[in-house]
Amino acid sequence: MDGADDRVTRLPSRQPGWLVLVLAAGPVAGLAVFYFWPFLTLIAEAVTGETVADALTRRTTWNVAWFTMWQATISTALTILVGLAPAYVFARYRFPGRQLLVGLLTALFVLPTVVMGAAFLALLPSSLDRTVWAVIGAHVAFNLAVVVRLVGALWEHLPTDMESAAATLGASPRRVFTEISLPLIRPAITAAAAIVFLFTFTSFGVIRVLGAPGTRTIEVEIWRRATQLGRVGEAAVLALLQLVVLAVIVLWSTLSQRRHSRALGLEPLTLRRAPRGRGERRLVLAVAAATAVVAAVPLVALAARSFSTPTGWSTAGWTNLGRTDIRPGIRIGIDPIEALGNSLRTALWATLIAVVIGGVASLAIAAAGRSGRFLDVGLMLPLATSAVTIGFGMLITFDTSPTDWRASWWLLPVGHALVAVPFVVRSAVGVLRSVDPAMIGAAATLGASPVRAWREIVVPYLWQPLAVGAALAAAISLGEFGATSLLSRSGSETLPIAIEQLLGRTGSILQAQGYALATLLAVATMLLVALVDKAQLFRQGQRQP
Amino acid sequence: MSSLEVRSLTVSFDDNVVLKDVSLALGEGEVVALLGPSGSGKSTLLRVIAGILAPDSGTVHIGRRDMSSVPTHRRGVGMVFQDDQLFPHRSTVDNVAFGLKMSGVGRAERRARAATLLARVGLAGFADRRVTDLSGGEAKRVALARTLATEPNILLLDEPLTGLDRELHDRLAGELTDILSAAEVTTLLVTHDPDEARTITSRSLNILDL
Repeated sequence: MDGADDRVTRLPSRQPGWLVLVLAAGPVAGLAVFYFWPFLTLIAEAVTGETVADALTRRTTWNVAWFTMWQATISTALTILVGLAPAYVFARYRFPGRQLLVGLLTALFVLPTVVMGAAFLALLPSSLDRTVWAVIGAHVAFNLAVVVRLVGALWEHLPTDMESAAATLGASPRRVFTEISLPLIRPAITAAAAIVFLFTFTSFGVIRVLGAPGTRTIEVEIWRRATQLGRVGEAAVLALLQLVVLAVIVLWSTLSQRRHSRALGLEPLTLRRAPRGRGERRLVLAVAAATAVVAAVPLVALAARSFSTPTGWSTAGWTNLGRTDIRPGIRIGIDPIEALGNSLRTALWATLIAVVIGGVASLAIAAAGRSGRFLDVGLMLPLATSAVTIGFGMLITFDTSPTDWRASWWLLPVGHALVAVPFVVRSAVGVLRSVDPAMIGAAATLGASPVRAWREIVVPYLWQPLAVGAALAAAISLGEFGATSLLSRSGSETLPIAIEQLLGRTGSILQAQGYALATLLAVATMLLVALVDKAQLFRQGQRQP
Repeated sequence: MSSLEVRSLTVSFDDNVVLKDVSLALGEGEVVALLGPSGSGKSTLLRVIAGILAPDSGTVHIGRRDMSSVPTHRRGVGMVFQDDQLFPHRSTVDNVAFGLKMSGVGRAERRARAATLLARVGLAGFADRRVTDLSGGEAKRVALARTLATEPNILLLDEPLTGLDRELHDRLAGELTDILSAAEVTTLLVTHDPDEARTITSRSLNILDL
């Protein structure tokens, strides 16, 4: 279906080769040095026969792999099960607070992993807070938004009359669900399951905060062997093992979605309506209340714990943020205020790098026409690679002169930018591609050269998506924990690192400080993402005919 | 085959009153047309009769039994929707056999009965077609066959011939008359076309007079 069609719509926006080359040079070089090189180093480190044998014969390796697999499976299944009811109710019914609840679930989803871990640590009694159930609970609350949004989006398009038709043919509500609704929403369930599985399989921050020795994912084990035990080769083997599993899952989900994406043509949106009758009102009320509890309670617990000490409520956690000594003369080497400064500085640079690289890359992708896809996919790769793997690769690559950059302040922002660039690119490329090629044609008829027409007409569209991308990049950098765990140097801890360390200590003031920082980070992240949401709504409103 | 009686039905959505104190009665086996302009609540009335929509007040009796607290799937009311609502993930024969499956009829028997019904609506040999490949007229017949397969006490038809081209419309109107008289089922047919009502049914009501 591309072919001729593609040529007609894309051709006018294609630019001369030299321009594409100039634009693409920076992103390509950055990707080569900071992603592909570390990646190859990692493979080289892993494939020496001895380390492979070492890693694979160690019993902990298989214990960790088994744990990773089953906790991800249970987490995914539970998330889907719990998420179906709100997905249905939010898709079908109009009721006060609906928008707020969806927003709350989304806010939960964008929380940094360490903050989510902290929230569940705050929520659960100490008998439960370092068990696998705490981890799974956090995973479910975290990813509920994926199910509600993806499955809900499909469910909205399923005509209610189709379910009614089944009922008039004698199907009970349960059978309507199993015979009609479920088969039709299955593509969305598969997609959601794949995403949740990927997230929980590579879970790191949540487990670092909530985990115990028996609850380590591969991702945590990579970090542990690389930095705590100094067994770099084995860590590399594990990183590769994990990549293989992830690749298989991505492939499976792509194929199965392709297989099931038939049947349901794009039906018009079924209008949401107010619940009618006692049964419907009860259903909506119950599901909305349960969702509100699941979404709000961890956040409330987090904030509350920042004010709680064994002797009662107190603001000590907040007022002591600037003090590094817990008792006069006793220090533990974590400075919350300095961590805040480090995080802001890192986020600023990461955002700057991500926006410049991402913006230039987006222009290159849009200008290159079809071959732009290679750069597009290349820049997405860091997202498909786990954060710890990226940090680990950089750590073992940039350790010899002249590229001994481990002590350089800029290596961390570069690592963060690597993860953030895809978001900038996704935000910008869509907008650039939607610029009507006829406008460029029109400019050409008015005497503008292709490059001039492009500069005058396409480039101005870049600013707004870049602002959106910048906010996302800042949010990502502020909460990044995986790569940071390997790249940050002691003395320059970022917020997530400080939170994890504070919560790992005994001492109520330290704990309260940890919760205070986590609350701060939660609020900052949610504000940034809310800003993005607003901007995108604004853009949609503006672009409507 | 049962009688149908609707007593002083009122339905409103938010502040918009769609049906106000509507009553009507159909004798056993009677085929009645319900006329009225679009937006006058004809479809809403059918939905209330089928139990898909709960009324604000009023009752529906089928064969003298009050159906107010009986859920749709136990009412014995068959309904052909305006846009058919065929199940896109099932083959034509499985669509027709769906009701039989719900009532526990074995696989071989329901396939055979569905095939008979398909033949009755002029679609012999369509069993394994995908419903997404059917034409508008074919889909309408499948929807009708699917509903008749459950042998409902009451049959509701929501604008069954709307949107078909003239020639097909006239042919289907004739076929529908034959099928309905053969099925001997109490039928309420919603339409906005008085000619169509006269062709198919013995009595016409206007919703505005109810």
